[in-house]
Amino acid sequence: MERPLTSNIYPDRPPLNLKEYEKAGGYIALRKACSGMSPAALQKLVQDSNLKGRGGAGFNTGIKWSLVPMGDEAPHPKYLIANADEMEPGTFKDRVLLEGNPHQLIEGMILAAYAIQADIAYVFLRWAYHEAAALLRKSIQEAYDAGYLGKDILGSGFHLDMHLHTGVGRYMCGEETALLNALEGKRATPRAKPPFPQVSGLFGKPTIVNNVETLCCIPHIVNNGADWFKGLSYSEDGGTKLYGVSGKVKKPGAWELPMGITMRELIEEHAGGMKSGFQLKGVLPGGASTDFLTVQHLDIKLDYKSVAAAGSRLGTGTMIVMDDGTCPVGFVHNLQHFFAQESCGWCTPCREGLPWVEKILLAMEKGEGRKEDLELLQMHTQLLGPGNTFCALAPGAMEPLQSALKYFRDDFEKHIDHKKCPYD
Amino acid sequence: MLTAIEKKAIDHEIELVPYRKASVIEALKIVQQHRGWISDESVEEIAAYLEISPAEVDSVATFYNLIFRKPVGRHIILLCDSISCYVMGYRLLHKALEEKLHIRMGQTTDDNRFTLLPNVCLGCCDHAPALMIDKDLYRDIEPALLDDILKKYA
Repeated sequence: MERPLTSNIYPDRPPLNLKEYEKAGGYIALRKACSGMSPAALQKLVQDSNLKGRGGAGFNTGIKWSLVPMGDEAPHPKYLIANADEMEPGTFKDRVLLEGNPHQLIEGMILAAYAIQADIAYVFLRWAYHEAAALLRKSIQEAYDAGYLGKDILGSGFHLDMHLHTGVGRYMCGEETALLNALEGKRATPRAKPPFPQVSGLFGKPTIVNNVETLCCIPHIVNNGADWFKGLSYSEDGGTKLYGVSGKVKKPGAWELPMGITMRELIEEHAGGMKSGFQLKGVLPGGASTDFLTVQHLDIKLDYKSVAAAGSRLGTGTMIVMDDGTCPVGFVHNLQHFFAQESCGWCTPCREGLPWVEKILLAMEKGEGRKEDLELLQMHTQLLGPGNTFCALAPGAMEPLQSALKYFRDDFEKHIDHKKCPYD
Repeated sequence: MLTAIEKKAIDHEIELVPYRKASVIEALKIVQQHRGWISDESVEEIAAYLEISPAEVDSVATFYNLIFRKPVGRHIILLCDSISCYVMGYRLLHKALEEKLHIRMGQTTDDNRFTLLPNVCLGCCDHAPALMIDKDLYRDIEPALLDDILKKYA
């Protein structure tokens, strides 16, 4: 089984430096692109590979790039941004790539920047990833020294500068338009779309924001072709995927596997199954803002379409397992506390609705829930759902709530009927 | 007054952006790095230097949870309270830390040694529960391990 993204990552040694990365085939893809490949051809190649954005939205990366204005008339500077603000609760996959092979990300960024003819690239890194920050600073400098960054890269006439920006907190920064506001020195509130960032992004210029894992795929696609990339997958979405499992399983962790392996294989084989004494009760398949799946869904394929057909989202592909000893009401309360706290306050339904939901759930946990609270919660899943808010934060928050009300309704009712948490 | 060192660092950030005020987050980070937190005076000094109003600086400073608008202790403990750590028992750590330090979440110890703050997912959910002290990440933490960890911070 091929594992292009992680084959040069070894948990017990520091990541490859520039020389070692080059020896392992690094920067060959960049040389290939710089020696005669047109930006349009690179865009087409990535589009054909069916690489879909790994940050959670799952949009075809090549198509996203194709919306950037090109040619002599295009506004400059154009920007390419790596979204390394990994803050979705339960998600720890980009850390593996950032700490494990920083040059792979940098090469992917230079290629993506070449494809859209960007002038400036940023890594937007979350504050807490101190080790990744140090590694990226060192690696970016190595890339400059080797002529992979700066003026006239490898004699191609293409120029690119790259900067590292470290954040100062707030989950909202991971939303691509809020991230742009943060980079401009503003509050990280989302922007209205249109205009889309591809046309008017950072400082009003054409901008592409791609997830770290997405960008790390690019050198491998350039080296091996679109068909090879599609062939890595068990499903129609191209490539491998970094999947992760956390919770009370025997071996929590992250693994690069073919896109489309089943949830059963991931949990039972790679994560070693449940810890003894615990049964699997529910799973958030791709971070805190995805709908619960349960035991009946274990055999679904973990690709964008199959997880959607089962009523959830692949999201980041890093799943959180809820065991039978964990209270579903407490679990969902924890999620809603997070979303209420991280709401940027820009639009009313999110700012006012999420704290209300959180308080209802907390009351229930304390044994102060009322029968009509279930209807209130249900109503909020509509009121805060898609179409009623400025961005996807509140609708994302409602996903685990609505599916918890569906699959674990008994647990909610027991809290109300017995006036206490049955798990205490 | 901003110090010469602070100004130099802020100037470097200003060079990278199209206009001065776009560097306000970097300026806040730089000043906090030197002074530990962002006082009202710091807000005014940054505002004057970037040629914007103090209110504009404060609107940004108060938005980001890792810009501190109150004094903090010598060491910051960030305890992850997100979902994987919830499942793996962060609440026991929360209780143990409050008892050991005699403070509640959000407070600073009398000797100014520690400030205890909640934090969202630290991105090491396969080793939950986790906490961070200053720049050091601690994973797979149990309450029994806390004494040895805290000892390292004077």
